[in-house]
Amino acid sequence: MSTWSRNNGALALSAAATCLLVGGTALAFLWVPQDADQGFSQKIFYLHVPVALTAYACFAWGAWKAWRLLSRRQDRYDLESYTAVHMGIIFGVLTLVTGSIWAKISWGVWWTWSERQLVLFLILFLFYSAYFMLRYSVAPGPARANMSAVYALFGVVLIPVSFLAIRLAGTLLHPNPVINRDGPQMSASMFGVFCVCLAGMLALAAALYRTELTGKRLDARLRELRELLA
Amino acid sequence: MSYLVDVATLARKDLRLELRARDTVPAMLLFVVSALVIFHFALPEESSGPAAVGLLWIAILFTALLGLGRAFMAEREQGLLDGLVLAPCDRSAIWLGKTLSTLVFLLLVEAIALPAFALFFDGSRIGPAAIAGVLLADLGIATVGTLLAAMASASRARELLLPLLFLPVVIPLLVGGVGAAVEPDPARYLGFLGLYDLIFAILSWASFEYVVTE
Amino acid sequence: MIRARQLGRRFGDKRVLAGIDFAVRPGDFVLVTGPNGSGKTTLLRLCAGLAAPTSGELELELDRAEIGFLGHEPLVYRELTALENLDLFGRLYRVPERRERIGMLLERFGLWEDRCERAGAFSRGMLQRLALCRTLLHEPTLLLLDEPFNALDQEGAALLERELAELRAERTFLVATHEPERLGALASGRLALA
Repeated sequence: MSTWSRNNGALALSAAATCLLVGGTALAFLWVPQDADQGFSQKIFYLHVPVALTAYACFAWGAWKAWRLLSRRQDRYDLESYTAVHMGIIFGVLTLVTGSIWAKISWGVWWTWSERQLVLFLILFLFYSAYFMLRYSVAPGPARANMSAVYALFGVVLIPVSFLAIRLAGTLLHPNPVINRDGPQMSASMFGVFCVCLAGMLALAAALYRTELTGKRLDARLRELRELLA
Repeated sequence: MSYLVDVATLARKDLRLELRARDTVPAMLLFVVSALVIFHFALPEESSGPAAVGLLWIAILFTALLGLGRAFMAEREQGLLDGLVLAPCDRSAIWLGKTLSTLVFLLLVEAIALPAFALFFDGSRIGPAAIAGVLLADLGIATVGTLLAAMASASRARELLLPLLFLPVVIPLLVGGVGAAVEPDPARYLGFLGLYDLIFAILSWASFEYVVTE
Repeated sequence: MIRARQLGRRFGDKRVLAGIDFAVRPGDFVLVTGPNGSGKTTLLRLCAGLAAPTSGELELELDRAEIGFLGHEPLVYRELTALENLDLFGRLYRVPERRERIGMLLERFGLWEDRCERAGAFSRGMLQRLALCRTLLHEPTLLLLDEPFNALDQEGAALLERELAELRAERTFLVATHEPERLGALASGRLALA
């Protein structure tokens, strides 16, 4: 990583995130034409889906760092994997919240089991919350790092398996057809705005990730120094 | 070949331990029957038949949790996991041996639980597809559960942690099992259970080494 | 055989070992001394491969089948008999002529009469002797012993001393103890952890 990137990386990402998100939201609410079927409530799609995709990306990044930890056995990957999962769960909660708002606007209920993405995120929320419980109740050290890494990898495998299960369960629990929101009926302008929002969310996640990681590394360094002096 | 011999040695050790101590399986048996009785009182009178099948699955999952909670107890309490990890055998053999013995316990308990369910609730619901679903799900429960039990046993709050780790991961098994029992076309659900078993068995087998070593 | 460079091990915020440098050559008998809490047990566990160093390097030229470890815990299953315990480890370590070797070790440590007793019924001293049998079962090249005289009565201690003297020539030892005088005659070197 170049020096410029190390020093200014988080700042640059935050700037990019701000621009993209502000721009994207403005475009979404002011410029892009309304969806014919769902009207104004569809606008939250530009927020909800990018948040969801960013959450997936964070979990995938966490799993990648976990894999590196297990194959390279280098300590730093533990912190990186943990931070990525932390970001993932923040965006996961946001997904649940924005999804719930959308459900309320669209169908008048705060929660519905027929919305597959939401159910998947609920399961993931439970799973990754247990990740934090695991980290909290095991003493810090190589053992905890290994276990967290294995668990993070399990999570990423669980995502498609759970999705399949939810699809199967859909016919079991709710015989109503699921409303397909992000179907191919997006026009070019809608898709463009969507991409801007997605890029903004990813930039936001990356900025937060960098910031938190730096903070945690400083903490660890401080502790080491304190010990050496003691 | 020697790998399988190690697995057999370890599985036999676990079965022999249970035969001597005789605490886990009887507790699981009593628990599952108590749970079924409680469900009868918990269900309102007019509840549909399929709901009862769901409750059977809940009973199975929580009974499995009970058994898994004890799976690594001797090893962790007496530091015996060190003894096994020191041995030249592949660490995944430890996992496989434990999984096999857990599977045996589950099967023993279900041999009583399923007839009990048929007795207390609607016996016609337990057809061959339902039983196949239970067997396939048992594989998933034993494989993933053993790995998670090893993780939980390393923590301070092991009885609390295991359910938290276990329940989200077995939701797909629940879907598959209940579906196989209730749906007129169980093939999809059974196929899905087989897929889950394959994926997570491989994952658990490969990653056990990292859970017990540093 | 073992080489450590700036070895360190930390548990969370507590540093148990720091900056340890040493080397053990084949045939050495090294005594590890130090007060309680100085990290003797941790050092042995690192050498056995039961823990990973958090800083520094540890090189070990042996694989697991050649290492014998005796820790604070006897590492035997309480619900199994002495014979079954040793049979289990004998199979896992692929000990040749398992039955004969088990019988011989049980006799040498005076446990033959109690071989069909559950290990849970053993006294602390007998457990320690059984643990020694387990450690020596597979004829390891490197022996890592953590305070082996703990809990042994006079007779047990005498048996152990005799065993150590006999094996001294053929094996390498790393023994943690707070009675260095006892083994002073056998020792070829010392490692003091402050």
